[in-house]
Amino acid sequence: MGSSTSLVPKSVTAAINAHGFGYFGCPHTFGQVGYRLKRTEQYIRVKPDNSSVVTDGVKHSMNPFCEIAVEEAVKLKEKKLIKEVVAVSCGPQQVQETIRTALAMGADRGIHVEVTGKDYETLGPLQVSKIMAALAKKEEAQLVILGKQAIDDDCNQTGQMTAALLDWPQGTFASELSLEGDKIKVVREIDGGLETIKINTPAVVTADLRLNTPRYATLPNIMKAKKKKIANVKPADLGVDITSRLEVLRVDEPPQRQAGMKVETVDDLVGKLKEAGMV
Amino acid sequence: MAPVGPLARISRLGSGICRNHRLIFNRSPQRRGIASCIDPAHGLSDEQREFQKVAFDFAANEMAPHMAEWDEKEMFPIETMRKAAQLGFGGIYVQPDVGGSGLSRLDTSVIFEALSTGCVSTTAYISIHNMCAWMIDTFGNTEQREKFCPDLCSMEKFASYCLTEPGSGSDAASLLTTAQLKGDHYILNGSKAFISGGGDTDVYVVMCRTGGKGPKGISCLVVEKETPGLSFGKKEKKVEFIVVLAVTVLTWSKNSFSISSFHINTLPTASCSLGAAHACVQLARDHLLVRKQFGETLSNNQFLQFKLAEMATKLVASRLLVREAATALQESRSDAVSLCSMAKLFVTDECFNICNQALQMHGGYGYLKDYAVQQFVRDIRVHQILEGTNEVMRMIISRNLLTES
Repeated sequence: MGSSTSLVPKSVTAAINAHGFGYFGCPHTFGQVGYRLKRTEQYIRVKPDNSSVVTDGVKHSMNPFCEIAVEEAVKLKEKKLIKEVVAVSCGPQQVQETIRTALAMGADRGIHVEVTGKDYETLGPLQVSKIMAALAKKEEAQLVILGKQAIDDDCNQTGQMTAALLDWPQGTFASELSLEGDKIKVVREIDGGLETIKINTPAVVTADLRLNTPRYATLPNIMKAKKKKIANVKPADLGVDITSRLEVLRVDEPPQRQAGMKVETVDDLVGKLKEAGMV
Repeated sequence: MAPVGPLARISRLGSGICRNHRLIFNRSPQRRGIASCIDPAHGLSDEQREFQKVAFDFAANEMAPHMAEWDEKEMFPIETMRKAAQLGFGGIYVQPDVGGSGLSRLDTSVIFEALSTGCVSTTAYISIHNMCAWMIDTFGNTEQREKFCPDLCSMEKFASYCLTEPGSGSDAASLLTTAQLKGDHYILNGSKAFISGGGDTDVYVVMCRTGGKGPKGISCLVVEKETPGLSFGKKEKKVEFIVVLAVTVLTWSKNSFSISSFHINTLPTASCSLGAAHACVQLARDHLLVRKQFGETLSNNQFLQFKLAEMATKLVASRLLVREAATALQESRSDAVSLCSMAKLFVTDECFNICNQALQMHGGYGYLKDYAVQQFVRDIRVHQILEGTNEVMRMIISRNLLTES
């Protein structure tokens, strides 16, 4: 059967992949820093039955905002402001690759929360944030850093939900992060410009584009990463119910872009807009 | 057969993402989006995939954007190569105790293949630098290793390999540069040609005659740039009457300089050709999907579809041969020498054809400097010549077949 092979901009693929990326962090002497990685696709097409997007045979890699989050955590550790960096990812076996990349960038250890098959397809920000909250408590983390959103579903929800579940303060869209005493100063990118806030720890931060430029993993670090541990955990072990309360009805590509029209005068423009019922 | 509709590669940017972020979406020709039959990650271990990923990312971000400029201005991109060295690419198969990464020949091949998609000639130089570092690491004594290898692995210093002379190319064993031992030093006399990096590099690994005629009379000396008497011609290097400390002779054993020493860099050369061919197949594919003539995209033309399929097949066959030869070399198998020769012969020829064909598929655009494909074609043409001409490769292979054992 022929498949229609048009590429789908992200707005449609809200249904797939929904594990967020979080950090656990401890700014000072106790606890650790953790973060969560999301493994996302790079080029996508809608399945012929419009149920979801094709994931087989598509290259996946770490969500770019997650890379920025990893980099920030590793930098904090290099400045000796935090003790340990833990990388967390939820998904099937393949996410271990993503965790290894994080380990090669400098994380100390990883936690792989196993979610496979249908559960993985329906895993969304709410379930992920429940998992993150449970892990944050279990690991006694002081700081959780996530990418602000994933590039496949663009939800931008996991960080905020995690903070709400933990009742922790949140610093989202961070373009600058600094630890001052037992508080965290976050410069946030907002629609009106930049906003600087100071929040207490423990806290959740989500990384925005300009927070840093992620480093390349070096060959020696990739080899050292092999020896770092990745623990396996199931959502049930954390007491988290991952059944989804959402049902995806349909996934479609957006309509093809239509040709525009040129008009001579402003009156023509207004006339056309009225015709189209827009004015 | 259902026509392939226009496939626009939309890079998915989240709202408000600024375009100058380094890695968010890789629009360069080396992007590796949809997994396909030519994916170079097939058959590799997880760790090798990690190495490959770093190399591809580095090539796409740090090399590809500059490859045209480096070519036009004939630049030796020191800063970029030092960045590569920081990631461990300065002494990939050099031992870790002197600063190397201690990886295998196969790992090395995978890395050079990936780097080559960013700039073939820079990667070719990096492979020569690695070879020099390895030679000192393997054949040098403790003092030599400690003196030279750390700086070479970090690319604090750059190295060049000096074998060819104006009068001896394929007939390398007939080289005339002499090194005479006088007390605690050697007097070198002669001139070398075709030195990659010559004049810009700091450490020269020079093959010269210390004994009688033929290969058994040749030794390897390490010469530093500051050595008095060393002069450089117009981007060629001359070595005349220079005095070199005896300690710089590598303990090149008696049976060392045989034809097999060609194989030190045959594989990396083949790997560089592979990278170029891989990049060109992707460029050709992208062009076919975009360019329209006679009312449809070129990708609907059966001749071009078949041509692309042939290119892809030859690419994968080449890659398999290189990787097998790398494994044979790593394991010091008895067929390593001939397999490396076969790989170099086959791969450089096939990959040049692939790149050439890709250029043809671009039509008139193929020979415009705005398009990368022509640079790949120019850059890999020399791989059929250097590191042992493809004719010499045939000599080695036929000798293996026809010599009575």
